[in-house]
Amino acid sequence: MSDAGNRFRPLLGHRLFWPVAVLVAMLAANTIYRPGFLAIEVNNGHLYGTPIDILRLSAPLILVGLGMTLVISTGGIDLSVGSLCAISGAIACLYISRAPDQNNLVTVLTALAMALGVALVLGAWNGVLVSVIGIQPIIATLILMVAGRGLAQLIAEGQIITINSGPYRAIGLGHLLTLPLAIFIALAAALLVAAFTRRTALGMIVESVGGNREASRLAGIRSGRIVFLVYVVSAACAAIAGFMMTANVSSADGNNTGLWVELDAILAVVIGGTSLAGGRFYLSGTIVGALIIQTLTTTVYAMNISPQTALLFKAVVVIAVCLIQAPAFRAKFRRRRRGTPPPTPSAPQPQKEQVTA
Amino acid sequence: MRNMRMPMARRRAMAVVAAVLLAGGVAACGNSDTGGDGGDDGKLVLGFSQVGAESGWRTANTNSIKEAAAEAGIELKFDDAQQKQENQIKAIRNYIQQKVDVIAFSPVVESGWDTVLKEAKDAGIPVILTDRAVDSADTSLYKTFLGSDFVKEGRLSGEWLVENKKDATGDVNIVELQGTTGSAPANDRKKGFAEAIAADPKLKIIASQSGDFTRAGGKQVMEQFLKAHPKIDVLFAHNDDMGLGALEAITAAGKEPGKDITIITIDAVKDGMQALADGKFNFIAECSPLLGPQLMDLAKKVHAGEEVPPRIETEETTFTQEQAKEALPNRKY
Repeated sequence: MSDAGNRFRPLLGHRLFWPVAVLVAMLAANTIYRPGFLAIEVNNGHLYGTPIDILRLSAPLILVGLGMTLVISTGGIDLSVGSLCAISGAIACLYISRAPDQNNLVTVLTALAMALGVALVLGAWNGVLVSVIGIQPIIATLILMVAGRGLAQLIAEGQIITINSGPYRAIGLGHLLTLPLAIFIALAAALLVAAFTRRTALGMIVESVGGNREASRLAGIRSGRIVFLVYVVSAACAAIAGFMMTANVSSADGNNTGLWVELDAILAVVIGGTSLAGGRFYLSGTIVGALIIQTLTTTVYAMNISPQTALLFKAVVVIAVCLIQAPAFRAKFRRRRRGTPPPTPSAPQPQKEQVTA
Repeated sequence: MRNMRMPMARRRAMAVVAAVLLAGGVAACGNSDTGGDGGDDGKLVLGFSQVGAESGWRTANTNSIKEAAAEAGIELKFDDAQQKQENQIKAIRNYIQQKVDVIAFSPVVESGWDTVLKEAKDAGIPVILTDRAVDSADTSLYKTFLGSDFVKEGRLSGEWLVENKKDATGDVNIVELQGTTGSAPANDRKKGFAEAIAADPKLKIIASQSGDFTRAGGKQVMEQFLKAHPKIDVLFAHNDDMGLGALEAITAAGKEPGKDITIITIDAVKDGMQALADGKFNFIAECSPLLGPQLMDLAKKVHAGEEVPPRIETEETTFTQEQAKEALPNRKY
């Protein structure tokens, strides 16, 4: 390899390189299709433009993804987050809709506290099922995924609850320093989770539980408590995401709020480089993953790809991202491009690289 | 949004929800609303099996049927199938055993009804379908199908637009928010609308995307439409909810809904009618759930052995802003 190639090696090897490259490529393709795609203008004192939309709309997914990252890093999975979004949104909107003054800040804060409280209890339920009773995470959280959607409809009595509350609306559409408030909420949550996991030993403990729960326990870590905790955190993240989703349209729809967001979140986590087997997690990767997913959705609308082909288009991009992310695939591709298959004795060489990368 | 418009996967998920709820005993009380005691007073007895209670539309549908039955002096045996065909078949078999005079139901799904409908036919009980059709090849299994014509709803919307824009000069750019991709109302409303606006070549659909019949979907799609197309004159949304979501996007873009952009939707649920009365929407084609009175008439007719047409459309209307202001106070859903 040339010198230049060597110099770029650390950059190319960075686990965020490929996801970011895909994101940039998508934005570039959009800009070629419509030069104004990245344009940002000031409208009513707020920044207005497609990039801002992407950031704002990906905020709920980033939140759900953060919780999901922690759950997945313990080797678990949380399928109930979509239903939790619907439940928390429905509770908050129901409380506000019944209040005499919907614009009262105390009313809104009470509604948020109540909904968050219920979400924490439901998260604890997931945590107990997984950590104490020992049910497999996919089954344990599946219960709340299906039952929770019914619960949300029960709370809303099968109706869409429409509210007209300024403070609540601000969660989804408010602005701070000309940028949507939702972006700051997601950012704050990300920084908080990062501080707790990466500035303390907590993150390493979570990873060690994901790597080997029993060995961690024998090493003195209360594995059960950590597993319990990540499901509660995931539920809290989902609840806040639920507030954003419902605030965005000032209404709670038990049928549709957060529908399939659990799958998007898992995808964001995987794109970000976190292994589904647990033992490692990358918060920044999840955030980039969430941005990619939202950019993909926005691309479909911006390029007016017909709804019939949109799903296929998304599938193709997602497959490409996942392949490009896989070190094994990249190694194979590199070898083929060089044209000279490595001699047999040195075959394990690339394997070793993967381990260190 | 009605359940039939949901994708299969979601319908299945809903079935699971129903199952879980049933197992938990939560739903046990929602089942038998017989609406009266005994059946020996010579009243006509109608057994009705409803899909479930998945939306405001459906709740209004149920209430309309219950009220109309009480008014018409018909004894109603009502069953909520909780989105499960199995429950619905069980309910119909119960009605056959109880020897009700007429059976009516809104099928949860289209297929798989032949056996139970044959049983009803053998027992000499006439069957009326409401709201949704079944795909049985043998149409003698039921007397009639009472429900909305989605193509017509789209066509009425398009015809109003042709009339409304007949004096406009230059191209009229239309964006369309479709319902759930592949669902019957989305396909039919799109078709009806396209047929109607073909009458005027200056009406052009410049973009069409699925908003999945939801407010969030409608809003997100409209945000991009507004950025991609500087000149949008008309928005046609396949239901009120997507239109309501789009309203927010239009306002955020610094445009005035109803004035800068003409908005046409379908359904006429309460929130949609409110927006129409407030001048934010311009036109709504109704998709009415209030088919109770028509159903009771039909039940009486088929019981008396009268011939009824095999397909009957729900009585539906359209609303302009003025009509919405008048109708809004009496709106039931």
